[in-house]
Amino acid sequence: MTTTPLALRGRTARPEPTRRRRAGAPRHLRAILAFVLPFTILFALFYALPVGYAIWESLLVVKRDGTFGQAHEVFGWFSQYALVFQNGPFWLSVGRVLLFGVVQVPVMLALALVFALLLDSPLVRGKRFFRLAYFAPYAVPGVVAAIMWGFLFSPNLSPFTDLTRNVNFLGSDLVLWSIANVVTWVYVGYNMLIIYSALLAIPQEVYEAARLDGAGQFRIAWSVKIPLVRPALLLTAVFSIIGTLQLLAEPQVFASFSSAVTSTYTPNLTVYATSSLPNYNLAAAFSVVLALATFVLSFTFLRVTQRKEAQ
Amino acid sequence: MTTAVAPEADATPVRATRRPDAAPSRPGRARGPRERLLSRTAAMIVMCVFTLYTLIPLWWLFVASSKSREQLLTTNGLWFADFDLFGNIGRMLSYGDGIFGKWMLNSILYAGVGGLLATILSGMCGYALAKYRFPGRETLFNIVLGGVLVPATALALPLFLIFSKVNLTDTYWSVLLPSIVSPFGVYLGRIFAAASVPDELLEAARLDGSGELRTFFTVSIRLMMPALVTVFLFQFVAIWNNFFLPLIMLRTQSLFPVTFGLYSWNTQINQLPELRSFVLSGALLSVVPLIVTFLLLQRFWRNGLGSGSLK
Repeated sequence: MTTTPLALRGRTARPEPTRRRRAGAPRHLRAILAFVLPFTILFALFYALPVGYAIWESLLVVKRDGTFGQAHEVFGWFSQYALVFQNGPFWLSVGRVLLFGVVQVPVMLALALVFALLLDSPLVRGKRFFRLAYFAPYAVPGVVAAIMWGFLFSPNLSPFTDLTRNVNFLGSDLVLWSIANVVTWVYVGYNMLIIYSALLAIPQEVYEAARLDGAGQFRIAWSVKIPLVRPALLLTAVFSIIGTLQLLAEPQVFASFSSAVTSTYTPNLTVYATSSLPNYNLAAAFSVVLALATFVLSFTFLRVTQRKEAQ
Repeated sequence: MTTAVAPEADATPVRATRRPDAAPSRPGRARGPRERLLSRTAAMIVMCVFTLYTLIPLWWLFVASSKSREQLLTTNGLWFADFDLFGNIGRMLSYGDGIFGKWMLNSILYAGVGGLLATILSGMCGYALAKYRFPGRETLFNIVLGGVLVPATALALPLFLIFSKVNLTDTYWSVLLPSIVSPFGVYLGRIFAAASVPDELLEAARLDGSGELRTFFTVSIRLMMPALVTVFLFQFVAIWNNFFLPLIMLRTQSLFPVTFGLYSWNTQINQLPELRSFVLSGALLSVVPLIVTFLLLQRFWRNGLGSGSLK
């Protein structure tokens, strides 16, 4: 048994638990509770409760007795959501991040895929170095990366002043794409590594078969490797979509470099600006709509791509 | 196997354990020497050009941190003038009664303690989900999986409202407590426990009279180590980079994490120009702990990173 690979052992052991199952309380109940409860309690307090509370707050409206009277919250059904759907700046910001995502996510993932394939091919020497060099930006916090690129794009401080004096990277036309550049810079190596690890997990025999059929490197990459790393690509895509809709730190930092970044530039900035008014009920409704949109978008994306895969 | 999720968790170990066999030498295909040289050169050029993109900003940050304020504007941005990195860092550290050092310590506290607790708690929960059968197991797992898709930023505002009810906003707890919950860690923990902790081992430990908790902390935890290090790294980085939560929770400067502190300096550059070089050398210093952590734990995350994607 000792020579069997771990995975096989796990497999053969699977049916056994039926032997353990008995009527009444499960065995090791106290141990199970000790393992599960600490996480579950914190999850309930700091995940489930806030979600519920945000939904509750979003259903309330502030009523005042007279113009200067005492303010108190009363139940207002979906009146906050009606305000959300009439709120022009919010939907403008949603459109902005969608445009951002439609361009930035595919570009970043295509780059990540190409570099992962190159790293996996016999063409590239010094894999260790490239892996580290590409991954290094991931160690830079989003805020710091945005500050750094803010300087690099500035017309006076940049080492590329010839370029930045002629092209206004921080103007209203280009600033969205300057932010896209910051996000791409930070995450491209991270996504590359996820795809690369998936490539390393492909067993060699698969390639042997393709080689025997006379397939070259490009053909193998296109018809064998890419289909096999699909799950990794999907995962990176979903995470990138979630990240895009949540965009906050980078534009918030860029606001101090560029007047084009307003306080409602992205949905999360809108939430923040609304909550500092303070209008917590409307801000909560924004949050709920945004979370739902994220959920629906990543879920739909997974569904659509998996259906394609099934065909 | 009651739900659709479990088979996925089972499928992973097979691929994950195959990786070590796949890693060794990957013989290149015998092809024409000229054709190979050409594609090899092209591939290396592409890789090197992109290395410039990922590393030049970091190089610029290092160079800029070593310059005086005048030299920042007047000298070549990509090369040193009078190298005064340590002088700059010293002045930055002593500015505002050493507030920057305080911020660094805060970040290390938030990310270190938060990451460690999150790893242990989610590791325990994932382990129980993989290794014990109990009523509500799949329900709990599915709820946690739903939690992975809830964007953390959507929680920031309701968390603020809840914390303000119990007078905990603007305290260490307000940033630390929510950071201890990592649903993704539970997901990874379950997959890895299923793959790497054999049931026979647990039975053997039971026969030896070891309690369930003791078995976990002495035996199972070691087998799960690569996964736990990955969870710790992800959580550490997530907390270190978190921006929305401190932005919304904290008002007192001495509680800020370093990214938020740097952001607050950056917003004041126009009024206090001397802050510019402090922001640069501070940004450089703030990146160091993450790079050190990544380099030290490289062996672990390289293997662990792919595991999340092999769904």
